[in-house]
Amino acid sequence: MTERVPVLKIGDVLLVSIQVDLEDQMVLDLQEDLSDRIVATGARGVVIDISALEIVDSFVGRMLATIASISRLLGAETVVVGMRPAVAMTLVELGLSLGGVRTALNLEQGLGYLNSARDKQLGVPGFTAGSPDTGAETR
Amino acid sequence: MTSVPVGSDPVQEVGIVASGDVVKARQIIRTLAQQSRLSLVDQTKLVTAASELARNTVVYGGGGTMRACVARDGAKVGVWVQFTDQGQGIPDLELALTDGWSSGKGMGLGLSGARRLVDEFDLRSAAGEGTTVTVVKWVR
Ligand SMILES: Nc1ncnc2c1ncn2[C@@H]1O[C@H](COP(=O)(O)OP(=O)(O)OP(=O)(O)O)[C@@H](O)[C@H]1O
Ligand SMILES: [Mg+2]
Repeated sequence: MTERVPVLKIGDVLLVSIQVDLEDQMVLDLQEDLSDRIVATGARGVVIDISALEIVDSFVGRMLATIASISRLLGAETVVVGMRPAVAMTLVELGLSLGGVRTALNLEQGLGYLNSARDKQLGVPGFTAGSPDTGAETR
Repeated sequence: MTSVPVGSDPVQEVGIVASGDVVKARQIIRTLAQQSRLSLVDQTKLVTAASELARNTVVYGGGGTMRACVARDGAKVGVWVQFTDQGQGIPDLELALTDGWSSGKGMGLGLSGARRLVDEFDLRSAAGEGTTVTVVKWVR
């Protein structure tokens, strides 16, 4: 049994904060755990915080893209937050631009994006984009 | 460059057999990169390249060895890393170095991407004869 990355539920958002250097099996487990949790919780958004990651190689990069695709099919939007500048520069040179993955600078902006995306979808009038007030349950 | 430049620090050698060894390889290279005083961006590039090559050693090479050290060549300082395995080898080097080409279910970015991320890159392999990849990242 390898260690697993915890998946936290906050309102209708699942939060994954990667705190350790990931072995490949942990990456695959996370992909599976997240898919299960999205369905089990009916989550509308997923935030993956990679601010602690010193590198993102092709394996982890592909996982981020795959999770974004899977969760979209399951009705949830994924935002990757906290990528370090050196990691971003390296990913581009590696040839992975992660075009299909929504990113935000930090957790607050990521949650703000998910909120405004959800409000837009539900037609809530007068929402402010990037509002950090994320606790509100709309349904 | 396939042998360590004379005057370099002692070479560390570690087996790269299981996927946990890929994590170990990253940690060793990170430490050497810091010792040689590579910039943060260059450290990140080198560790990422090493991660790709280490994974290839496990997945395609059937396991092998990483040798690494702080390299010194005249006034230049950097990190020298070599991955060796006795696996199936690579029949067509040019194809293997093509962006997006994978014989498995990878994205085919490991080898070609690693080459872009380092300053020196040497790939030696033939079908049935194993593979040796040597890379160097110099401090700017
Ligand atoms: N050590 C090795 N021994 C044998 N074949 C190798 C080795 N390293 C690479 N190859 C071959 O070269 C191909 C390209 O390698 P590369 O790392 O670029 O892509 P990948 O591993 O298939 O995918 P990715 O690294 O993007 O996940 C591999 O699919 C494999 O066929
Ligand atoms: Mg590879």
